Amino acid sequence: MGILAAILPSVTLLLAAGGEEGGGVHVSDGGALAQWAWLIVVVPLVVPFLIVFFGKRLPFGGWELAVGTLAFIGLYGTALLLQNAANPIATEFTVEVARIGSYAIEWGWVVDGLSIMMYFLVGVVGFLVFVYAKGYMEGDIRFTWFFASFTLFAGGMLVLVSSPNLIQLIVGWELVGLASYLLIGHYWEDHANVDAANKAFMTNKVADAGLFIGAIIMALSVGSFSFHDALAVVAEGDAGSRLAVFGFWAGLALFVGAMGKSAQFPLHVWLPDAMAGPTPVSALMHAATMVTAGVYLLGRLFPFYLDHAGIFAGGVRPIIMVIGGITLFFMGLLAFVQNDIKKVLAYSTVSQLGYMVAAMGAGAYTAGLFHLFTHAFFKALLFLGAGSVIHAVHSNDMSDMGGLRTYMPKTFWTFVVGTLALIGLFPFAGFWSKDEIIASLYAAGQDGSGAAWFVFALAVGGSFVTAFYMGRAVFLTFFGEYKGHAHPHESPTTMTAPLVGLAVMAAVGGFLNAPGIATPFTEWLAARRFPMGDHHAEAVNWGLAGLVTLVLLVAVFLAYRIFAPDAETQADRDRFEIPVLYPILRRLYYLDDLYLDGVVRPIMGPVARLVLWVDMVVVDGIVNGAGVLARALSRAVRGVDARVVDGFYDGLAATTGGGGSVLRLFFTGKVQQYAALGFAGVVVLAVVFVVF
Amino acid sequence: MTIAQFVVLGAALFSLGLYGAITRRNAVLVLAGVELMLAAVNLNLVAFDAYLADQLVAGQVFTLFIIAVAAAEVGIGIAIVLMIFRNRHSAAVDELDLMRY
Repeated sequence: MGILAAILPSVTLLLAAGGEEGGGVHVSDGGALAQWAWLIVVVPLVVPFLIVFFGKRLPFGGWELAVGTLAFIGLYGTALLLQNAANPIATEFTVEVARIGSYAIEWGWVVDGLSIMMYFLVGVVGFLVFVYAKGYMEGDIRFTWFFASFTLFAGGMLVLVSSPNLIQLIVGWELVGLASYLLIGHYWEDHANVDAANKAFMTNKVADAGLFIGAIIMALSVGSFSFHDALAVVAEGDAGSRLAVFGFWAGLALFVGAMGKSAQFPLHVWLPDAMAGPTPVSALMHAATMVTAGVYLLGRLFPFYLDHAGIFAGGVRPIIMVIGGITLFFMGLLAFVQNDIKKVLAYSTVSQLGYMVAAMGAGAYTAGLFHLFTHAFFKALLFLGAGSVIHAVHSNDMSDMGGLRTYMPKTFWTFVVGTLALIGLFPFAGFWSKDEIIASLYAAGQDGSGAAWFVFALAVGGSFVTAFYMGRAVFLTFFGEYKGHAHPHESPTTMTAPLVGLAVMAAVGGFLNAPGIATPFTEWLAARRFPMGDHHAEAVNWGLAGLVTLVLLVAVFLAYRIFAPDAETQADRDRFEIPVLYPILRRLYYLDDLYLDGVVRPIMGPVARLVLWVDMVVVDGIVNGAGVLARALSRAVRGVDARVVDGFYDGLAATTGGGGSVLRLFFTGKVQQYAALGFAGVVVLAVVFVVF
Repeated sequence: MTIAQFVVLGAALFSLGLYGAITRRNAVLVLAGVELMLAAVNLNLVAFDAYLADQLVAGQVFTLFIIAVAAAEVGIGIAIVLMIFRNRHSAAVDELDLMRY
């Protein structure tokens, strides 16, 4: 607690002046709960080290530390959420950690509706996933290391979402990237997994370049990396300010960063490959951490992206919307042809992230973040369900599954709940959040945006796509005959209990923001220090909802007809394909080929040759030169050593020895000689005294 | 009686003692030589004390000390010589070079 005493006095409380900036929303400073919120950021950063150093000696191999941390975050997040519901909080705390000239690097934590939602999500979903992971990872040779990385993964995300400035956000951003790299490559004995980890890392680095450029433009325009300062400039709305002039480019570059983490077309390629990691990693990565980071960044800077009569980053929004639209539809199509159940879910995540980004682009702040919120629950549920299936049949391939509903009923029913939530059937969670997005796009189209109509059409089509591939996954996995060779069985309780918990949230979570019924979620998120505008759909557009429901029912029916359990021609079903379209989808729109042949290899070849040359000529030259120099030097040193140093000591020894052998002559051992010598000495002294 | 007579006698005695101490092979005779040297010194001290008519008679007091110390020395010396004789069946000093080097 000593460190605490040191920190707290220096904490600068940056409470918004009277909360008036909150756009009329009354906000509070959150009291002690908000002040101590730094704990939920710091604890998951410290615990991984404890797990690494002491985990193996603990009875559960470090898992108890990890799950305890997540339980703490979950409880703290829930407490904050409840307090925010009772009395909206919008505050931030900063501590100066270093100073370069006049620029202070600050670490801090934001406590407002948006970050509280993320704390809650990371904590609660993370806790359930960690509980599940114990059963799933049982017996893994790197069990302890896995939970250290996994805790760091959550910790990095909390650094990111608690950040009051872009620097800390980037630190968290990269921590998440690092942890994801470790986790995706967890089974590194298989080289394909290492490649997947590298691919995720590299693709994110490409996007990170955008994030850095955006952050730099923003900091140069505003004079600080702080979100608060930037949004204050936005709130003033001065068309002559530097941020207004460079806002478009800053906004675009930051969006490129968001595209990487949130897997938007064309930077989505890493996410499906990230399935190489253990399933709990996929579940957390696709639900609460990592992929939500991009959407979170858009949400954090949302006022910056609002319409401002052509200044600031308002001009980026149509681009965001269209990228989201393309992602949600075309990436969803890719899920049609995947036989790996986790890849189906991965493309589904990409597609759902497209919905969120499209919503942000359409100006639907609440709708986009609400979809993020509900999606976290049902996607985590689906991944954990898939993990449970994989655990039972020892294969990712859906052609090794089938008929599992009788073997693993709990997994089956929770998976179905997750599926219904994902495809957006009334009244499951996805219905409310997706309907709001579609209604927002519709509203944006009516406001006269042609791009919004295009994206609206894609979003409705996306509902069909979502329902079709999820129907296919469910029918292939749980219906028909079992086609594999293992002995499927229900998973242990540590794995099914989290499934049930998530299923409950996936079923009823939508009512947190059901327009016309209750919209507490909107109010929670409105607790911010700068106004968000009023972009959420006020009421359910029942006409649209009916249309979407019809579309998805048709899709499920079609999926049922094609992949139906009672068809005798099971082989035909497995081979089901549409000419032209399917080959393209199987090659993933040739994007991987394009990146590999068009970017990676042309760069990699010359770079590899250059590196080899540098290695052979420069590095080896330096090393060899150093070796030659060291040999010459050592020879010289040896000469000095042999002649000068040894000579000195040899001489010293010879002098002493010689002196000794002379003096030895006087020491005969004869007492009378000694006496005679002594007397001679006395005589000499007497003569000396008398004469002188 | 002049002081010179005493000093010459003392010098003669000291020289005899020194000669005896250095040349005799028998340890007992060496000790006897040492005693002669001490006696010569005592003679000198008493003579100069009388000659200078010292009020504190320091010369005579010193002589008494030397006689006492000489007695003790002879006691210890004879004891050592006896022990050496018992161990080596000889009291010849020139054979005793145990302390060499």
